Formats: sequence, structure tokens, C-alpha cells
Amino acid sequence: MQYLLSVIHDGPSLADAEEDAAIDVFNEALRTGGYWVFAGGLGMPDTATVIDNRQDAGLVTDGPFLESKEYLAGFWIIEAADLDVALKLATAGSKACNRKVEVRPFLVP
Amino acid sequence: MNPADAVARAHREEWARVVATLTKRFGDLDIAEEAAAEAVATAVERWPADGVPPNPGAWLTTTATRKAIDRIRRENKRDDKYKEALVFDNDPPEPLGVIDDDRLRLIFTCCHPALALESRLALTLRMVGGLTMPEIARAFLVAESAMGQRITRAKAKIKAARIPYRVPAAEDLPARVAGVLTVLFLVFNEGYLATGPDSDPLRPDLTGEAIRLTRLIRALLPDDGEVTGLLALMLLTEARRPARVSGGELVSLAEQDRGAWDTALITEGHRLVRERLAAGVVPGRYQILAAINAVHTSVRDSRDTDWSQVLALYDQLVRVDTSPVIALNRAIALAELDGPTVALSVVDRLEARLAGYHAFHATRADLLRRLGRGRESRAAYDKAIELAGNTAEIANLTRRRDQLG
Repeated sequence: MQYLLSVIHDGPSLADAEEDAAIDVFNEALRTGGYWVFAGGLGMPDTATVIDNRQDAGLVTDGPFLESKEYLAGFWIIEAADLDVALKLATAGSKACNRKVEVRPFLVP
Repeated sequence: MNPADAVARAHREEWARVVATLTKRFGDLDIAEEAAAEAVATAVERWPADGVPPNPGAWLTTTATRKAIDRIRRENKRDDKYKEALVFDNDPPEPLGVIDDDRLRLIFTCCHPALALESRLALTLRMVGGLTMPEIARAFLVAESAMGQRITRAKAKIKAARIPYRVPAAEDLPARVAGVLTVLFLVFNEGYLATGPDSDPLRPDLTGEAIRLTRLIRALLPDDGEVTGLLALMLLTEARRPARVSGGELVSLAEQDRGAWDTALITEGHRLVRERLAAGVVPGRYQILAAINAVHTSVRDSRDTDWSQVLALYDQLVRVDTSPVIALNRAIALAELDGPTVALSVVDRLEARLAGYHAFHATRADLLRRLGRGRESRAAYDKAIELAGNTAEIANLTRRRDQLG
């Protein structure tokens, strides 16, 4: 079962050096534990561009799809047996990156 | 026993076990619940004609299992995709938690912290308590459709997010038991001081259900002090129920007819409190609350109450529970020892946090009355009446206000 752990950020800057180091340690724990699927940090919301090509409209808009105080700063995709395992990892992840983390299951195909 | 009573009894006593057994077998709360409900409905039809089976629980489990298999077969024919989701679990069994009991797993699944507290309450009453949707909706004063949606959403989350059907591991157990106890205590309190203009002021069905479920947890976790403490607290509180309402009005602890108290429940509660004292472990909030109730229930006349012991227990309680409600209750004990002036100054300091709580104003009203400050007391009673939700409590507050003259 795969889960998306989203890092919810509500400040003006990205992770500092200390947080980066803690994230590296956490990533390594995910790998050795067999939970790692994929992870990444994202650029600031002002680097986003939204495309709306429904009905060939070809619209291009500068900025994120949602203007909000909180935004997605990065994510982990993990493989875990059940929600209890995912929550435990998210708890450690939140501490490591010093931010809120949302846990959501992928739809089972 | 006539068949109708036998069905009612089997429903009450066996529901959780049937649902738990089927959940384990089919890995799906929906299937388990619907099959259990169908089995009870079949019992209603059959038992009057065929006679009550010698083992009603086993009969319900067998019948429910057949119903579940029938349903899975029907759905398999309709939808191949469903088939994959519903085939019997062939994985090796998961390592067992600290205790292996299907009902306990069910309680922990329904009380999982990833579910909203209201959902946990509703799901526990439905899946473990066997209460019907209208009963749960009535208990928590919400529309039946809203309650149904809440339960449906909770079940969907359990399935989609894969909340495990499991008793948590030993190291996680204390934290998770605390959540379960919170749910059971909420159910109990709603029954003990029911809210709403159309609700009976006391709901013995809810207090009884909470006690029954807490007994179940205690049987499974006998060494958990807080489980025992909560059970003792509930028993000592429930024991006073026959004396709590008179003529539609709530009767305060001091004015209750103590001869009407249930002595069997008091004896059992006291025994559990002594058992916890003997354990010599630092007690948590439920154990301390139970001990306070043991002091109150150990004298035949309220004037003999050992208030210094009550206050000492509250002093202990405020260290483990910083809730302002506890501080308020401590002030009531303080008033008995040091007088209303001292207590009022303590109570007034809680205003910022308790201004919306009826008991805060009721306590102030009482203290002001004792100090002869009638006009302020009346205003406080007015505020308490406005905020109170229990009909018998409103009647009591109204009379007290009107007696101010």
C-alpha cells in the first residue's frame, strides 16, 4: 500500500541546513526500512505555472492553482503495510523536516 | 425466556463478537455489520417458530457468516473487480498485538486516532455496541442522515487508508487506550447528563452501554490502572442515578436520598478503587476521579463527607489534568473547607476559559448566594440556565434562582 506524505509549509523560506540534514537522515531510514518509493522537494509556489487546456483553451497562468498561506513544499511516497506504519513514519518525517505532514493513501488500482 | 427477549439479549450480548469475528474473516466492516444485522433479523423471524437455539451467539455467527458469503457471491457475479477486493485473505495472519481478542481489535479500530472523535463515538456505538442508527443519532442530537454519513465516511476511510484491524503494539497501547477511554467516557457522560430539550435527562441505556464496554476492556486489560479507574468511576456515578432526578428536577449530591443509591455498584466501585490503591502505581485522572467518588459514596450523610480528602485528591488531579473544568470542581471542594469567599476568587479566575460553560455560572451563582450577593447570584443563575442543555438541571437551576426572592 502506498501513501503520499505531503510536507505542509507555511513560511516564506524553504528548509534550512539543519532541517536538510535531518531530512537526509530520515530518507536513509526510509531506504533501509524498505519504505522508500520516491521523494522530492518542490520550488516555491511563485515558481508554479498553471495550464488549463480543457476544450483546447490553452490557458497559461502564472502562479499556483491555489493561493493559500499553507502550501506543499515537498513529499515522500512510501510503501507501508497499513496506516499505523504510515503514521509512524510521518511522525518521524514531520520531526525531521520540522513541518506539518499530511498522510494520504493512494487509490488501490 | 421468550424468543423476543432471547433475540434482544443475544443482540445485546453477542453483537460485538459476531461483528468482530466476521470482520476478522472478511476484512471488511461493512460486510460484517450488514451480515450481523441480517442474522439478527433472521433470528427475529425464526426463533419464535423454531425455538431459541442452545447457543444463540454461535447461531448468530454461523448465520451471519452464511449471509456474508451469499452477499459476496452476489456481488462477485455483478462485478469482477469487487471479487478481487473481497476474496478471502490468504496472507499469513498478522503478528498478534499484546492481546488477541477480536472484540478488542474492533474497539481499537473504531477508536483509531486518525478518525474524528465524533466518528469514533458513532462507529463504536454502532459496530461494538450494536446500537441502531436512530439510537445513535438521538443520543448525539444529530439528524439520522448525518450520523449515517459520519459512519459511512469513517468506514470508507478505514478501508481506503487501510486502518488496521488490530490492537496496537505494546509500546503504543497506553496512548491508544486513552483514546478508547475518552470515547467510552463521552458515551457515559451523555447518558448521565443528557443534552437537549427533547431528551430524557438521564439515559440509562447509554450509561449501561458505556459500562458494559468498559467492563469488556477491563476483562481484556485487567492491569491497566486507568481502565479500572474509569470503570470504578462509572460504577460509583451510576450507583447514584436512582436518586439524581426527583419530580423532573436534578437533585444535587448533598440533597440526594442516599438510601436510593445502588449499594451493589458502590461496593464493586469501592473494591476497584482499593485495588488501584493497593497497586501502588501513580494514578491517572480516571483513578483519581474514582477515588473522589469513593469518598463521596462512603458516607451515609453528606455532612460527614471528608472534604479535606476530596480536596487533597483534587490537588493531585490538577497536576495530571490541567483542564479548567477540574479546577472548577476543585473550587467547589475548597468552598466546603475554606468558605465561599476563597472559592469565589478561584472560580472568577477561570472566567476567561469557562465563560461558555453552564457549570461555571452555576457554581458562581451558588457561591454568590451563600455570600448573600443575591442580585449577582440571580444574574449568574440566568446565564447558567441559558447555557445548560439538560432539562432536569435547568429545572433545578430555575428553582434555585427563584428561591433567591
